[in-house]
This record gives sequence, C-alpha cells and structure tokens, in this order.
Amino acid sequence: MRKVAIIGVGCTKVGEHWGTSLRDLFTEAALAALSDAGIEKVEALYVGNMFSGYVQEQEHLGALLADSIGMPGISAAKIEGACGSGGVAVHAGYLAVASGMFDYVLVGGVEKMTDLSTGHITTALMMAENRDYIGFTGVTFVGLNALIHRLYSKTYGAKPEEIAAIAVNDHNNAVNNPCAQYQYPLKIERVLESPLVADPIRLFECCGIGDGAASLVLCPLEKAKALADRAIEIAASTVATNVLSLNERDDLLVFDATRKAANRAYEIAGVKPDDIDVLEVHDAFTITGVLALEGLGFAKKGEGAKFVSEGNISLGGKIPTNTLGGLKARGHPIGATGVYQVLEVVKQLRGDAGKNQINGAEIGLAHNVGGVDSTSIVHILRRCG
Amino acid sequence: MMSVPISWREIPYRYRLIGTKCKKCGKIYYPPRKVCRFCGSKDLEEDKLSERGKVVTFTVVRSPPIGYEKYAPYAVGIIELENGVRVMSQIVDCKLEDIAIGMEVEATFRRVTEDGESGIIAYGIKFRPVIK
Repeated sequence: MRKVAIIGVGCTKVGEHWGTSLRDLFTEAALAALSDAGIEKVEALYVGNMFSGYVQEQEHLGALLADSIGMPGISAAKIEGACGSGGVAVHAGYLAVASGMFDYVLVGGVEKMTDLSTGHITTALMMAENRDYIGFTGVTFVGLNALIHRLYSKTYGAKPEEIAAIAVNDHNNAVNNPCAQYQYPLKIERVLESPLVADPIRLFECCGIGDGAASLVLCPLEKAKALADRAIEIAASTVATNVLSLNERDDLLVFDATRKAANRAYEIAGVKPDDIDVLEVHDAFTITGVLALEGLGFAKKGEGAKFVSEGNISLGGKIPTNTLGGLKARGHPIGATGVYQVLEVVKQLRGDAGKNQINGAEIGLAHNVGGVDSTSIVHILRRCG
Repeated sequence: MMSVPISWREIPYRYRLIGTKCKKCGKIYYPPRKVCRFCGSKDLEEDKLSERGKVVTFTVVRSPPIGYEKYAPYAVGIIELENGVRVMSQIVDCKLEDIAIGMEVEATFRRVTEDGESGIIAYGIKFRPVIK
C-alpha cells in the first residue's frame, strides 16, 4: 500500500442552485479542485451521490460526469452509501491510489435536492432504510433520529438545550464560511421554539435541503511532496457498517459503525482522539452529532450532550468541531457532504480556513454517516513534513 | 410508490407478523431473513411473533413521505414484543399525547397506503394501546 495525499480541493457554495444542472454543479467543483492541484488530467473519477436516480431520473454518473469534465475514456463510477456516499467515494479514491492502480484520481460528491418537493426528498432519504418494512411504516429519516433522540433524553436525562447546542455551534462557525448555506448565527432559544418536525426533533435541529458539489484530487504522497505544504496526507481511511435498522440493534444509543471505523482509523494512523486538532462530525440532526462524538471517543457514553453544551466543541474549545458550519449550517447536500468535510479539514491543515483557522492544526478527522450510523466513514488527515 | 409484486410477495409477513427463527441459536428476526447474524447459521424457519408488547421509543411524524400525507401527524415507534423481538410500527387508536415509553400495545390489522400510481391498497400491522 502506498501513502496517499490530497493535492487539490474545490467546491460550490451549498444552496438553492435553481439555474444549474447536476452536471454543471459537479463540473464547477471538479475544475476548481483540478486548478487548485495544478493538473489537467486524472486517470479515474469516483463520485458520491445518493439519489440522482430518484430526483433527476439520472444514473450512470461515472460516465456522464467524466464526459462533462472533458475526460471521456477514464475509469469512472458512482459510489452510493446513502448520506455517506461522499465519504465512501473518498475511500474508493484512497484505495485506488494506495493500491498502485492509479496515480491521479478525482474524487467528487454531488447532490441536487431542490429539483423536487420536500415530500419527495423525504421519500428519497428513506431509501437509506429497509424500504419494505421500515419505510413502509411511514417513518421518515428525521423520525428515525427522533426515536433515538427521545430515548437518549429519557435514558441519560439530557436536556433539550444540551442536545440542541450543536446546532448553535455550527451556525456560529458558518458565519465565516462563504460556501455555507446558512451564514448567520442562531440562538438556542430560536432552536427550541422552532416547530416540531418529528417529536422531539425541531426544525432548527435538522440540516436543510440544498444543492452542492465538492471535489478532491488524490495522488501518491511521494509525488505530492513537490507541492510542499499544500499537500495533506490521508493517514487513515476506514468504512464500517452497523445493523441497518434501529429496531434490530442491541443498543440503540451506540453508534457502533462509527466506533468501529474510528478505532480502526486511530490504529492505522497511530493517533488517539486527544491528538486530533480539528474535527468534522456528521450532525444531520443534533442527536446524530452527539452520538457521533461518543462513538468517536471524544465524549463518554451518555455524556455527549453535556460535552457539547459545556463548550468543548467551539473554536476555542477542547476539540474545535464543524469549524466551517457542519451539516446544520454549511449544509448537507447528501452525497457531497463527506467530500465537503474532508475538504474543510484540508483547509484547516493548510492554514486556509480564514477567520475560523485553528492555529497550528496538524491532524484532523472527518466523520461521515449513511443512514442512522448504518454506514460510517472516518478519514484522518495529517500535515506533511 | 410500491409496485404490485413488491406488496404481493411481502403479504404473509406484513399481514400476519411472521418472522424467522434460527434453529441453531433461537434468535428471532423481523423482517424475516435467511442468515442468522448472531451464530452464522443458515438454518432458519418461519415463526409467528407475539402480538403484544411495549413501546421502547416513539416519534410523531409531522412532515410525511409521499403517500402518507393524509394520515399526518401520526406516531411511529419501536415495539418490544413479549418474545423480545423489536419491530417498527405505527401506533394508532389513541391521542398522540397519550403515548408513552413503556405503554402496553397490541397488534391490529390496518390499511397503510392506498391508490398510488400502481393503484393498489397496501395493508399491514399497526399497534394500539391494550385496553384492560
């Protein structure tokens, strides 16, 4: 296995891109990443996307998007892992370079959610679960997260404002991210008085619906060294799965896929949670972020909400988290999110994070999830040299 | 929307709450599956689940998927049956504010969705409070 580096990043702003097609949105991000890397061609493309088949009635994104960026002929494929599609695409690109199969690989993620109504997006998101038995009950994806939110509060006595604090953290950080969907601060009172979507989860505890594309250029670390400190090493890339449906899990309040992927990644990279300087966690809903912090080893079981509300994840806290807005405020264009997260960690490690820069950040971790921890992806990134 | 073959082939399991039981270790699954993830056995047989249980956790869906609009808001919960199997189901025949963790419930046969593009009516099991 060869060591792998990220030598270029690019993305669009997350938002309502009514006038832009999925092809053009992806192309904008891909060209930006290639330009940032200073290269013109790649040998392979892996693109994360969850539901272009449902929303745009368009599949075959590998060939479609390779052609769109002017590279018909290269190896290309769509990678799907629900909301974790982007993270799994980064993993696929990592494997392709690490194995020695390809030297220059483009990884991307793209999702256009605003082409259909909220009802259709609600339906499309439930494709992450067992359609015949869980989707059939009429439960929504927010509803699934609400089931664990209620149980978590009851089991540990966590207060609504403790769990909701992660949304406030995200919004505070998004203010300085020009690519974020919601560039404004949010007060905790506003979260707690927003309407219920699936009890006890409220509207401002949920990520919004938005369009976005992000892209990375990967190559062997040996070749990247010529680019000096612009290159960031992928020190570990892991994927793990959990029992798909919540009702079949032994413990609803443990993100076991997250724990497995994280422990393996710490082992491969030779680091511990204490060594991580910046963190991106998958907080599609507030409770998801809380359980992710526990699964990743930053908070003890049952103490994640308290950990957040005590300020440990703020820019000046113990472990600065979602420094450019997270899923709540940067946005969650489903299949692109895992790529945005890695891109944002790269920005921090390069020193390119602007006003939210964590000075001296050497090691970062990005955590992406498909379903309710049904697939979890962990990437640990490290500054070179 | 669910097609006719999809609804048709799940009828025995959706209508009668039938899962599968591992003949080696005794673990019961719903929905039915062909491989036991506890002991790895591939020797499983159909098993009728108990029809009473307790609410483990629940939510109220206020922003429904396509085909469920006219029922919203409705409750969905995880029910632990008397034999320990946990199923996902709607909770009906009570006020939403009366549902609580630990509430005793029983299975009831109900209409789930209807008249989609495929023109079929899908039925299944929902749970309602036990009246003592």
